[in-house]
This record gives sequence, C-alpha cells and structure tokens, in this order.
Amino acid sequence: MNWDHWVGSRSPGEWNGVEKGAVRNFAEAIGDPQPLYLCEEGAKHLRYGRWMAPPTFPITFRYGSIPGLQLPKSGLIHGSQRFQYERPLWIGEEIFCYLTLKDVFEKEGKSGRLTFLTFERIGEDQKGDRVFTAESTLIVTEAVRRELSA
Amino acid sequence: MTVDSGIQWRVGDALEPITLPPVTRLELIQYAGASGDFNPIHTIDAEAEKAGLPGVIAHGMLTMAKISRLFSPYLKYGWVRDFYTRFVGKVFVDDVIMIGASVAEKEEKGAETVYWFEVIAQNRKEEHVAVGELTFLV
Repeated sequence: MNWDHWVGSRSPGEWNGVEKGAVRNFAEAIGDPQPLYLCEEGAKHLRYGRWMAPPTFPITFRYGSIPGLQLPKSGLIHGSQRFQYERPLWIGEEIFCYLTLKDVFEKEGKSGRLTFLTFERIGEDQKGDRVFTAESTLIVTEAVRRELSA
Repeated sequence: MTVDSGIQWRVGDALEPITLPPVTRLELIQYAGASGDFNPIHTIDAEAEKAGLPGVIAHGMLTMAKISRLFSPYLKYGWVRDFYTRFVGKVFVDDVIMIGASVAEKEEKGAETVYWFEVIAQNRKEEHVAVGELTFLV
C-alpha cells in the first residue's frame, strides 16, 4: 500500500453535536467528574459562563473517511497527538468535522522500516470558523505493511 | 461579593501530581465506549497477543485525557489552547500511572497570560509513557 498518493486528500466531512450526555460519559471514563462538565450550576462560576468539553473530546467525533484510502485493521501504533484550539469547544454546539492526510514519511527503525502517517482533523463551527485542529501521527511497522500489501 | 484573584503560576512551578488508581480492564472498556475507539488490542487479550503484546494495553488517548485532568480545577480561570503528547511507552492493566505538569514558560499578552507546561505520565518504574506540552490561557 502506497499512501503517498493520498497526501492532501480530505474526507467529505460530517456534522457532530457536542452532546452533554456524551461529554458526561467521556468525563466519567477518563475519571474527570468535573462539575464543569456535569452540573448546570457549575457553569455559572466559569470565566465564560458556559461549559467546555475536555480538550481531548474531539477524538470522539466522526470525520468521515478519505475515499479509497485503506488503513490496516490492526497493528497501527498511535505515535503522537496534538490538539490546537482557536477557542474553547462549547457543549451544545454543532461542529463540522473532516480529516486530511497531511504527510507520509518513512524512517528506519530497530525492527525495520516504519511508515508514519500524519492525519489532520479539523472542526469548524456553524459560521465556518475553525475551532480546533487535531493532528495524529500513526506508525505502521514493516510487518503490518507487508500484510496489507499481501 | 468577593473577587476571585485567579491563579498566578511562576516558571518552575509544578501542579500537584496525581497518582491514579491501577488501570482496570473495565476502565478500558468504558473508555472504548465513550471514545468510540473499539480497537480490540485495548479490550481483548487474545487480540492483543496476536499483535505481539503480553496483554491488552491502554489507549494512548486515555493517558492523554488523564493528563488533562490536572487542569480541570483551573477551568474557571482559563482554558487549554494547545495540547501535545508523544506516546513513548505502553500502559498495561494494573499499572499505576502518575501524571504531572510544570510551568516551562510564561508570557503576558495584554490582558491574557499564556502558560507553557511540560507534561508527563509515568509508571511506577518511573518509565515515561507519555510526554508533551500544554498551553493554558488565562
């Protein structure tokens, strides 16, 4: 599988709601029972008077897929992750999410050649303004890559 | 009405580190459900073994989310603008993870202050499992 061909391609994208119940489940799953995420009263004491989602919450959204791009079903290693916000992500808002394959590069590792895939996930609000950019680097080992080509 | 004076961190200050309870399988199942990441290497031993692992490993994103908890008490003063981690080690069931953050740099920009934190998550053997940076805007 040669991913270079898809660098710069993007998914059509999907709208995602920042649902209060989903944020509550997420906050509980990460052991963060913050009143900010969980109770109506809590919001009054916030700087912005509104609830914001936990910073890694955009990982739960659907971004659609890049047509034709195939990834191994297993064996992908998550190397690194970045979230950059233009403003806080508010609970209750609707976010349009899509992803692009930003970069593909290779490095020689201890157990053979490693392929690094950098995906950028983008979230925009209803005005079309960007809210966040989330960059994930995934690592494919030579063994997994060979299996995919077979 | 009392005025909350907010927070003032200095370069070199560390947030109170948190030692988390041992990682449980149920927790990984709960995170899989809440995040939508159902990769079976995080929940089913046989699948993890097929991938050459001794048993299930925690989602890197779960460790990253746990690091963000350090900042939850301060969300009434500001918010997390940038957050980066590299996943440098594996986390297994029963591992005890400690998360920490310290102020590396600080910059005043008009009415706002930007704090750059270095963040880590490490296991009981003091091996880092995640390292990174986080920017908190007040």
